[in-house]
Amino acid sequence: MTTSAAGEDDGPASLQLEESAGFDRHVIQYIQRAAATGLYEIRGLGAKRRVPHFDDLVFLGASLSRYPLEGYREKCSSTTVLGTRFAKRPLELATPITIAGMSFGALSANVKEALGRAATEVGTSTTTGDGGMTPEERRSSRTLVYQCLPSRYGFNPDDLRQADAIEVVIGQGAKPGGGGMLLGQKVSPRVAAMRTLPEGIDQRSACRHPDWTGPDDLAIKIKELREITDWEKPIYVKIGATRVFHDVKLAVHAGADVVVVDGMQGGTAATQWAFIEHVGIPTLAAVRQAVAALEDMNKKGEVQLIVSGGIRTGADVSKALALGADAVSIGQGVLVALGCNSSTFVKDGAHVSAEADYRRLGTAPGYCHHCQTGRCPVGVTTQHPVLEQRLQPEVGAQRVRNYLKTLNMELTMIARACGKQDVHHLEREDLAALTIEAAAMAGVPLAGTSWVPGSGSESAQAGMKVLERQS
Amino acid sequence: MSQMTGEKVFDLERSSVRELNQFLHGELTGVGTITVKNPDGAHSLAVGLDSPIRVEIEGHAGYYAAGMNQQATVRVHGNAGPGVAENMMSGRVEVNGFASGGAGASAHGGLLVIRGDAGLRCGISLKGADIVVGGGVGSFSAFMAQAGRLIVCGDAAEGLGDSLYEAVIYVAGEIRSLGADARIEPMTERDRDAVRELLTAAGIAPPAGEFKRVASARSLYHWNADANQAY
Repeated sequence: MTTSAAGEDDGPASLQLEESAGFDRHVIQYIQRAAATGLYEIRGLGAKRRVPHFDDLVFLGASLSRYPLEGYREKCSSTTVLGTRFAKRPLELATPITIAGMSFGALSANVKEALGRAATEVGTSTTTGDGGMTPEERRSSRTLVYQCLPSRYGFNPDDLRQADAIEVVIGQGAKPGGGGMLLGQKVSPRVAAMRTLPEGIDQRSACRHPDWTGPDDLAIKIKELREITDWEKPIYVKIGATRVFHDVKLAVHAGADVVVVDGMQGGTAATQWAFIEHVGIPTLAAVRQAVAALEDMNKKGEVQLIVSGGIRTGADVSKALALGADAVSIGQGVLVALGCNSSTFVKDGAHVSAEADYRRLGTAPGYCHHCQTGRCPVGVTTQHPVLEQRLQPEVGAQRVRNYLKTLNMELTMIARACGKQDVHHLEREDLAALTIEAAAMAGVPLAGTSWVPGSGSESAQAGMKVLERQS
Repeated sequence: MSQMTGEKVFDLERSSVRELNQFLHGELTGVGTITVKNPDGAHSLAVGLDSPIRVEIEGHAGYYAAGMNQQATVRVHGNAGPGVAENMMSGRVEVNGFASGGAGASAHGGLLVIRGDAGLRCGISLKGADIVVGGGVGSFSAFMAQAGRLIVCGDAAEGLGDSLYEAVIYVAGEIRSLGADARIEPMTERDRDAVRELLTAAGIAPPAGEFKRVASARSLYHWNADANQAY
């Protein structure tokens, strides 16, 4: 209870401004908006609330018991090979940091081109999205992963054959169990034509594939894709993180070369709010379960694991790898590098304020999640002919290249500090957790202890004792 | 073995589906017809073709026969499993018997002819191809179909044309029920011409009785509070 210095507002007066924890101003606004519109709120980007994340882990750098590598003189490899299980042509990338699938439609053609150029310059892959492959991104990307999605918008055998890998998308972290969505403002003539849809409609994509149902069918579908492409290309299976242990096993059983696991912090161009915040599990928990599934099947190393969903920094990448991922995918971080949520955009080498356009959307730089409107003030998530000019491919490519290079440098720096000559040698033993939640989810000890909540015979026995006492 | 001799008969008792498909993806100048013997329900037969050849599958096919077809004519002299001619771009695929679920799923172009009945979700997510079914179709056929035409000479089961976009369905028999946003519209002369042309192209005799036209009411094209959970 607060008391004012003057004492006049004591007691009853301050109670007049007591906010409810359950019905706080956010909830009140939510209910009133729902009552006014009768429709759920749709927005972009990923989960905004705090969930256990890579921030809750720290590395145990080398000291006396471990030997670090010299940063300048001693090499640390970040070469990453994906798709070694069945594909004739696995991908060899210079870094484990890849660019996640994002659609032309959600993003402008300029952005897709910028991503391709940046990925090519740093030696990594980029990925198409719901809506097919644009010539701009194929031309600019040395290594392009082609998504096969439930909607099959723009999906065709010519693009399949000119892809470097194929990603069968079962779901995404922002909305496991949900299909794609693109509101009418972004269904421009070009987007509509690529997707065989009427212009300007609110597009809802299917959430299930049209020609298969369940994991046994998926095995046959994957074989068909391999037959069409003469077994050349790695086939990824992407899942939104929910029952990760079982889903990863089923994906491996279905014949995936690579499994992509996308946690709940993963972004979206447009999804119902309740989906973004309330469906799926955090990336931190998902990595551990995915690795456990691969280890359980003795497929670790044979089937590669890509982790995505809220990865922002080189530290995040390092932690994902230490937990057992072979690579990561980044979507939102890349968009932020392009200028998402920046107060300015670059025109002819000069920064121009975009604040007025943020205000028009009812938001401000640092808070914006209005990708669904297609009115992105910095020209990233838009199809608007004027706004999309705010992101020029050259400028965007340079920023994304810088961002990816920074992340890779941070990754190799941390790996060297842990005494590793290869970033893929980072291991769970290099980590400690700062919270009990993170320790339990990631399966690493709470810092300063050897305690991993929920694992080991001690806690299992303790649990049994509790059960015995109760019975 | 067939690659060495240039022979146009593949006996799947002696060679693999992989050999068949790799042959069909290779240089095929001068090749007219390829006959596939003993298919025995194998999956992914003649998938990813991209040349104007003719493939005769002498028996039943499993999943995804003629998947993603371009240019080629593929005939299944038997029944076809799920996803026959899925995502076809052009050419012609014929099934002389019955087809299982998802026939012609997401096909962008070409003509799919099924002389018998088709199972669930025939023409799901159709994107421009034409499908002619001599018999009936199962539930949720043409679900979310975006463009193209589906002709059903027999009956259609529940939920026909659910969440249709611009594809059009013609049904000669009974329609058990329509899906969300699908409605029956009057047949115009253009519709009758289209049906006649497609039946002729398919080589299927017109059934007795008048066709009904099913198309989208377009009430789900924009988010709308009064749609009452139809999404």
